[in-house]
Amino acid sequence: MADLKTSITRRSFLRSSALAGGGLMISFSWLSAFKSPDTMAPELADWAELTGYVKITPDNIIKILNPNPEFGQNVMTSLPMIVAEELDADWKQVLVEMGPHDNVKLGPQFTGGSNSVRMYWKPLREAGAAARQMLIEAASQSWAVPAAEITTKAGILYHQKTGKQATYGSLATKASAIAIPKGMKLKDAKEFKVVKSSIKNVEGKKIVTGEPLFGLDYHVEGMLIAMIEHPPAFGMKLKSFDASEALKMPGIKDVFTQKLYEDGFEQGGFDTRTFNDLLVVVGSNTWQVMKARKKLKVEWEPAGEYKDIIAARGQKREVVVPAELESTEAQLKKMQEWSAKPAPQLRKDGEPEAAFKNAAQVIERTYNAPFLAHNCMEPMNFFAHVTDDKALVAGPLQAPGWSEPTLAKLLNLPADKIEIQMTRMGGGFGRRAYGQYLYEAALISKKVKAPIKLVYSREDDMTYGIYRPMYTATYRAALDANKKLIGFHVNGGGIPEHAIHANRFPAGTVDNYLAEGWAIPSNITIGAFRAPRSNFNAAAEQSFLDELAEAMGKDPIDLRLELLQKGKESPVGQNNDYDAERYAGVLKLVREKSGWGKAENKKYSRGVAAYFCHNSYAAHVVDIVMKNGQPYVERVFSAIDCGIVVNPDAAINMVQGAVVDGIGNAFYGGLTHKEGRAVQNNFHAYRIIRMNEAPKKIEVHFVQNDIDPTGLGEPPFPPVFGAVANALFKATGQRLYQQPYAPQLNKRRAF
Amino acid sequence: MITLSINKKTYNVDVDPETPLLWVLRDELGLVGTKYGCGLAQCGACTVHLNGEAVRSCVTKVSRAVGQEVVTIEGLSEKGDHPVQKAWLEIDVAQCGYCQTGQIMSAVVLLKANKNPTDADIDAAMAGNICRCGTYLRIRDAIKLAAQIERKEA
Ligand code: FES
Ligand code: FES
Repeated sequence: MADLKTSITRRSFLRSSALAGGGLMISFSWLSAFKSPDTMAPELADWAELTGYVKITPDNIIKILNPNPEFGQNVMTSLPMIVAEELDADWKQVLVEMGPHDNVKLGPQFTGGSNSVRMYWKPLREAGAAARQMLIEAASQSWAVPAAEITTKAGILYHQKTGKQATYGSLATKASAIAIPKGMKLKDAKEFKVVKSSIKNVEGKKIVTGEPLFGLDYHVEGMLIAMIEHPPAFGMKLKSFDASEALKMPGIKDVFTQKLYEDGFEQGGFDTRTFNDLLVVVGSNTWQVMKARKKLKVEWEPAGEYKDIIAARGQKREVVVPAELESTEAQLKKMQEWSAKPAPQLRKDGEPEAAFKNAAQVIERTYNAPFLAHNCMEPMNFFAHVTDDKALVAGPLQAPGWSEPTLAKLLNLPADKIEIQMTRMGGGFGRRAYGQYLYEAALISKKVKAPIKLVYSREDDMTYGIYRPMYTATYRAALDANKKLIGFHVNGGGIPEHAIHANRFPAGTVDNYLAEGWAIPSNITIGAFRAPRSNFNAAAEQSFLDELAEAMGKDPIDLRLELLQKGKESPVGQNNDYDAERYAGVLKLVREKSGWGKAENKKYSRGVAAYFCHNSYAAHVVDIVMKNGQPYVERVFSAIDCGIVVNPDAAINMVQGAVVDGIGNAFYGGLTHKEGRAVQNNFHAYRIIRMNEAPKKIEVHFVQNDIDPTGLGEPPFPPVFGAVANALFKATGQRLYQQPYAPQLNKRRAF
Repeated sequence: MITLSINKKTYNVDVDPETPLLWVLRDELGLVGTKYGCGLAQCGACTVHLNGEAVRSCVTKVSRAVGQEVVTIEGLSEKGDHPVQKAWLEIDVAQCGYCQTGQIMSAVVLLKANKNPTDADIDAAMAGNICRCGTYLRIRDAIKLAAQIERKEA
């Protein structure tokens, strides 16, 4: 049994009290401050609350709150499972409910960085164990037997010697008088009954019956609909408008302009905004507002250069946003020019210059990737009802705690007068970590003095920005006369950031190594996109390693394993940011499970890739066949090491989704610009992978170990790109250097 | 006033006859299981049944639905136990879930015409429904399972 190193005493404390209606309430607080649960709905009064996450009724129904926003990663199910495990509850008795936004009581509450399970793993186990221990104490007092002799199973307390037993519910009230227990034990992974078992999505039924779950479904009586007419291009702003025709349209209440941030406003780290002068149309329903927008007569003008002031992580900095109306071709050319310039060094081991000078052979390849739009299935939207003294906002948001301080500043309200309700999100992929659409909604509600729902059309959503950046990277390898790898160099850049993780593999495996990175400023806004930066690196680097293996006359898995062997036995340099053994582990597993090199798989053009990010390891083998003259990914084998898998079937679903997402973006994903205008504005122009392009089979294998869980939403995504490129080479004989791949097939390289 | 028959109920709505059925369902009638994804007949999130045919309600004028039988996800079954819904739960298809009502409505129509669809049939019938989360493999499995359940229940 692992000892409970009690973070409860250090950064939080337990407090118990009896609740009206009987039962137990123990509040588990993250910070050394207690907030009463006054946001609880009245029907909850009969529930006894344990540890902030658990409420139990006298008839033994156990309600577990999910703290974290749900965007399809299935935390509504998997996080409560962790509590239920240590509580020793029977999952059948458990009801799950979305928690309120309360960082004091329910922790960080952000969905991103593949962190949900990883950051909640220990606190939720502790919460479950604490609640269980208090129930045991209550039983011990009632039965006058030693607590150590009491066991629990499936929501029932037992004392074997006397044959006594009782449900959790029957002792919940009594437990509320018990002092905070100390020295609780957490279960050994071998004892898990709920965790590591496949439990179905607790919201499955609501999803398949179309219940209102999403922000866009949010409705209150008298609510108005608002939409924003954005400038048609990055680098443009509103000059003037004439709304006389629009205002005559049925249902239209108002058309006005609203500034998002006043001049000099200090933005938080996730307050990315693209357009500041909002032209807002408010009406009774969505269609009327959509129609009225078409009647607006608007003049736009170049925004010119401007400054963003970002105050984040205790630092304040000014970011100059350039004026240029950018086009994709010019961007590619600019990246090419910058690639040739001296660049800031990120890491250097040994003597890379000498290695390249003395090389018998140098292989150099450049890879490019476009901006990607997140294209969450549910477009951005938010409900807001702001009055003089308080605000209620509800909608899809990955990190309410990051947006709340900015919202408080914008509305001039104290944070405790702001209630943020987290709705289920129709996808997120990083986009909804940036709360500017919530601020817009709140400011509009404040202005019109009514509850409103801000709705982005698909076009608004796709052309607003906050994209995955545009990237380039040039990889060079130096081989000696024996085809031994003696030097490795990567020079990466992008608009407006580079993607290079200088300390990741193959750093640490090559004696002479150099990594450089540079960035070109832009007015096209960017943000996190499923495995930021890694999603490009894994495409470029893993394609390059494939080509390198070919030049060295080695099997691509063997080459990686040889490098990792060196990385394990005699690592080069400092701070190597991966565990060479676990990295090799997923490659070995995928080699075995895919039957790599086996004759029966001859009919497939196979590509392999692996990557490490978000503390987890992933490797894929992609099998391509030709279908109607086009390459088609028919099968994928995936091997993942993310430590303990909390909910295996749901985890498989997520990996399969990441693989499909990776294939789709590798083949088709890309957003281009013409004089600042996003060329693709809806799904007729922005191609998303569809049913007929999805593989027949994606076989997912997890490395079995008892390491505390690490990330899963992102890690399987990046290596898909590389594996697809490598399989496409086998299928077509063509190496691919420019994403998306589909339009490149049988075309020349971009540069 | 426009009179509509939706899920076997009669509704009177006072809207512009040009209004897409989608927005009448969502904004006027509170039937929000039908989703907005693109407004361009590109994603299938808004799929409903019009006299048993799958239509994209975002491009279907409400006037076209007058005198017709409209079925939305809310009316597919009384208890959420249509064979297709059951199969979706059994396979645990959903990730974010946003596209799934549209997927289900398309799948129901496919299975009416084809009791035992192959992968190719499913690909053809379902290519109009985007799932950004990439649940396509499970949708395929769920459609096949639903076909089995329907055969058993028949
Ligand atoms: S919303 Fe109708 S097809 Fe996309
Ligand atoms: S489940 Fe998210 S779009 Fe399909």
